[in-house]
Amino acid sequence: MLLILLGVPLFAAAALAFIGDRRYAPEINIAGSAATFAAGIGLALEVYNTGPMLAGGKFFFVDAFNVYLSVLTSFVSMTTAIFSRRYMRREREHGRVGHVGMRFYHSMYQMFIFAMFLCLLTNNIGVLWIAMELATLSTVLLVSLYRTPRAIEAAWKYFILCGVGIAQALFGTVLLYFAAEKVLGEGGEALLWTNLSRVSGSLEPTVLSLAFVFLMVGYGTKVGLVPLHNWLPDAHSEGPTPISAVLSGLLLNIALYALVRCKVLVDGSTGTHHAGDIMMGFGVLSILVAAYSLLRQKDIKRMFSYSSIEHMGIATFAFGLGGPIATFGALLHMLVHSLAKSSIFFTVGHASQMHQTQEMERIKGLFKGNPLVGWGLMFGVMAIAGMPPFGIFTSEFLILTATIKDAPLWTPFLLLGLGVAFAALFRRVQPMVAGEVPEYQKPLKVAHVPVVLHMLLVLIIGIYIPDFLNQWFHTAVELLK
Amino acid sequence: MNIQIAAQINSFIAAFVLLAAFGMLVQKRIYSLIHLFAWQGLFLSISTAIVGYVANKHHLYISSILTLSLKVVLLPYILHVLVVRLKIRKQAETVLNIPLTMMIGIALVIFSYHLTAPVRELSTLITRSTLAVALATVMIGLLMMITRKHAVTQIIGFLAMENGLFFAATSATYGMPLVVELGVALDVLIAAFIFGIFFFHIHSTFDSLDVKQMSRLKEDL
Repeated sequence: MLLILLGVPLFAAAALAFIGDRRYAPEINIAGSAATFAAGIGLALEVYNTGPMLAGGKFFFVDAFNVYLSVLTSFVSMTTAIFSRRYMRREREHGRVGHVGMRFYHSMYQMFIFAMFLCLLTNNIGVLWIAMELATLSTVLLVSLYRTPRAIEAAWKYFILCGVGIAQALFGTVLLYFAAEKVLGEGGEALLWTNLSRVSGSLEPTVLSLAFVFLMVGYGTKVGLVPLHNWLPDAHSEGPTPISAVLSGLLLNIALYALVRCKVLVDGSTGTHHAGDIMMGFGVLSILVAAYSLLRQKDIKRMFSYSSIEHMGIATFAFGLGGPIATFGALLHMLVHSLAKSSIFFTVGHASQMHQTQEMERIKGLFKGNPLVGWGLMFGVMAIAGMPPFGIFTSEFLILTATIKDAPLWTPFLLLGLGVAFAALFRRVQPMVAGEVPEYQKPLKVAHVPVVLHMLLVLIIGIYIPDFLNQWFHTAVELLK
Repeated sequence: MNIQIAAQINSFIAAFVLLAAFGMLVQKRIYSLIHLFAWQGLFLSISTAIVGYVANKHHLYISSILTLSLKVVLLPYILHVLVVRLKIRKQAETVLNIPLTMMIGIALVIFSYHLTAPVRELSTLITRSTLAVALATVMIGLLMMITRKHAVTQIIGFLAMENGLFFAATSATYGMPLVVELGVALDVLIAAFIFGIFFFHIHSTFDSLDVKQMSRLKEDL
């Protein structure tokens, strides 16, 4: 099942490269993603019934931590494919994307999904790095798909800054291998996460703390933590909206996943809270800087990119804080943020197509113009700002509770960041959804399913966390202790 | 060949890798820059082969050949073709304050020695002294990307960084497992195609490969 999960997107990428810009290419894209989702569910059932497993000669492994992220990734990539069908067709009609562009778009979309699954499922931290770089490379040219000067600039920044950042992570991985080789012997075995976590207590602490600094800077760049976040608002706002949705909703999670995996090893070796402290520092800085940057945004996609930085900061902070409640909160936060943020990008994509602009001042009267888009955006922002009864309220509440208990001095910063972000988002959203329909607004056929589905899930998780999810989170919390 | 002598030769070649890095840092002509990059790759490849011989690790020979074909032949060739096609061969780039850049480079080398000191103490490999050189190469590549404002130069800086990382892997651990090395090489290859496409995009959009013109995306204060 695991190999099917990896194989489907890879095969779909190859197939879509041949199909190119035919009429039915988007449908094939959806079919491929749906098959991936089915495989993801299958894998989840298997893990649920039999527990963690290794596959492909120890090359892949699944445990409670990556199984839920796999299901999430396959789900969001499927709904994004559904959303992208109409969206990209319209962009094609407007002439923003050409013939070659569409072929490229579909093929690279599947390639990107493959890279993310490889990141999640591989047992080898060297391969994890390679897959992370592959995920960057496959999206670089998608960010510059529109070929406008702004898009090319954003993609170049993305390419260079993430390339540099992730190079630091490779150096960290080399150091990790250096330490592991002494304990586990040479060869591929010494890079397998399952082996490393078993012997993490006997790895050399000085080398591992040095390695963590490099890994933190490297993967931290991909998570978009301040001050390494410069590329993120550009890359997430200049590309096509479906790509913004998967970049914000999925790729940031994957990078954080890589960072947390490494942190567990470092913690096991050093026996101190050193790595956690670094993560908490980066996390709080990201929350504060992103919250204040939210205040002065004019471009709607840019604003929500900053909101992604803020939420990744919250999750990083919580993983750094550690302890059962905070870790549970962080795991939940990754899940609900991903669902809510991709849903917001769907509605934002619709809204900006209706008004032919991404400038917030020109987007008006969404409630009257198109109730689904208006209410979708309203509820999405309510969810992302942390209002009850949505899932993000639950996760942020858990994280705050844990902070008050374990690290009370950090609480005011956290609250300040959350408060400012809340105010900044609502100040902007009110004028966009309320009011009369401006004459330049065009009616639009929208994709209902993805938005409604995502918001319902965020709502359900906020009210009631299903048993299997709860169980996985608890196992993952044990794993990450 | 005596192992001690081989280790000495390896250190000697490491010095050349670093020298090439410094050369690239201040080289103004893009054409010479590509040559320097190829030289660095060649030294790297020889060093890897020597380490493979000394440590009796056969997979390092494969890495060495991979480096030779990728970084000495293929990548410089691609860059060369791009430079000729985009007619940027003649342009000499302004380099900000050469002496200062050199001084920062030297400071980075010292910093690298300081940073890798605990690792070198723990290591028993004969190549351990070159780890600091490897990190210095990475840092100088980074410095090059910061100080230069030309797209091609930035990419060469990026590739030089990658050289440094590869060197670090050989000197700290006798090379990463083969599957990882092959994967990294594949990533570099894909990156090469992507920046190739990019150069054309940037060239046709901005009419030059000077990245100083890319300043549209800024925060409004």
